[in-house]
Amino acid sequence: MKLGVRESIDKSIKLVVKTTGLLVIAILGGIFFMLLWNTIAFFLKIHPLDFITGTQWNPSGDPEVYGILPLLVSTCLVTLGAMVIAIPLGIGTAAYLSEYASMRVKSVLKPMIEMLAAVPSVAIGFLGIVVLGPGIADIIGLSNGLNAMNGAILLAVMALPTIITVTDDALHGVPGTYREASYGVGASKWQTLIKVTIPAAGPGIMAAVMLGVGRAIGETMTVLMATGNAAAFPKGFFHSVRTITATIAIEMGEVPYQTTHYYSLFAIAAVLFLITLGVNLTGEYFVNKFRKYHSA
Amino acid sequence: MTNKPIKLSGSSVNVWFGSKQVLKNINVEFPRNQVTALIGPSGCGKSTLLRSFNRMHDLSPDARIEGEFLLEQQNLYEKGLSVTEVRRRIGMVFQKANPFPKSIYENINYGLKINDVPKNERSEIIENALKESYIWDEVKDELQKPATRLSGGQQQRLCIARAVALRPEVILMDEPCSALDPLSTLKIEELIVKLKKDYTIVIVTHNMQQAQRIADKTVFMYLGEVIEAGDTHTIFHNPKNELTGNYVKGHFG
Repeated sequence: MKLGVRESIDKSIKLVVKTTGLLVIAILGGIFFMLLWNTIAFFLKIHPLDFITGTQWNPSGDPEVYGILPLLVSTCLVTLGAMVIAIPLGIGTAAYLSEYASMRVKSVLKPMIEMLAAVPSVAIGFLGIVVLGPGIADIIGLSNGLNAMNGAILLAVMALPTIITVTDDALHGVPGTYREASYGVGASKWQTLIKVTIPAAGPGIMAAVMLGVGRAIGETMTVLMATGNAAAFPKGFFHSVRTITATIAIEMGEVPYQTTHYYSLFAIAAVLFLITLGVNLTGEYFVNKFRKYHSA
Repeated sequence: MTNKPIKLSGSSVNVWFGSKQVLKNINVEFPRNQVTALIGPSGCGKSTLLRSFNRMHDLSPDARIEGEFLLEQQNLYEKGLSVTEVRRRIGMVFQKANPFPKSIYENINYGLKINDVPKNERSEIIENALKESYIWDEVKDELQKPATRLSGGQQQRLCIARAVALRPEVILMDEPCSALDPLSTLKIEELIVKLKKDYTIVIVTHNMQQAQRIADKTVFMYLGEVIEAGDTHTIFHNPKNELTGNYVKGHFG
């Protein structure tokens, strides 16, 4: 091939790659500005303070009420419940995988955990409606089991693969020499795990938890199906709740274009965006800290 | 050279990793309050032998160990003897300095906690261990500093202090100077020679000069067997076995 042709191919490829890279930034910026724009439109009609502190969400009532608190508390409740279940289970499983399991167990367990991540959220939601929900209702003695607890357990299952995989990586990242040093002074396997390996993997485990939280907060389909969708202020784990994500998914399809209600959905989406952004940044911070600490 | 009583010994030692036999019918003795060097080319089983004595192979599921390991009269693999006890009496210093990612103080305190040393005795023990390892003057004002910020040589001396703090009877050292510069190496060697007053020391080394500088006895190993063992001077200047002679003169390795 002629030199000139090769050079021009090289240049055009560079241009294509550069464009795709910039496109991602443009899309992200576009989404952000769309959210911001519509949120501002909402706040021109409803005072931000009323929005943040309002304990009622009733856009179709008379008068219309737009308080984000019931939705925000619902999201936090379900996420908190999910994490209370998923964090100890996830760290425990990861510790078993990296420190105790034989190669054979590992070769079966790891792909299975990864497969768990591949189950579509709608299938998990379905499971919540027909199996887990009725089960909870039976045990507690409720008329139906579509409540925050149901959603929390399902979200825990969904967040587990992320938490396990990242924690497992973090534990593997701890140099073997730390373990040897600990065994060398007479520590048992358990003492070594609790006092040396897990603390040394701390930032990595924090990152795993943050990624799990991010997964749980942003999840829509499962909570939409499994938590009952009562927009009332949540009273506890065994009551129906409606998360931010579920609210947007339910109402966006039916809302008249460019009404206050329409803008309000962007406003709560913006709040969700800020939360997940915060969670992801925190996770990223810990991932970097972990990396730095081990390259040192 | 006077013959000191035997502190640590292994007889008819065979070790397999999976189906590969790494140590073949080894008989070794380490005299009390002496430094014994294990020398030999890479892969000859020196480290494996060293680690058999404080049962570091317990955690490798594919390791199979035969033979009798004695610390004085105590069989180290006796049923019912806790591995914690073995490792308290036989301390270890590793090839790469491996302080925990904790403070200098906490690095030594960890072993004391594991071995249930009463809280009120710990800080005195820690100070003594650091003094004994000749690092006290360098770190006494910054005991809360992360140990990972010390220099390589300081880290290795801290690791020696960590081992010494448990008042072991034997200290096993697996190439403790291989990652250090000559000056730090010299400091560690001086330390080892001083420590033999209180401890029995077994050291794996690839450095022939080092073995001659610090070891009273030397054991030469090759392909999983002990070829020759005896006084360091004899091994280096008047070896009985031709293989030993070739190795110590640097003809192979």
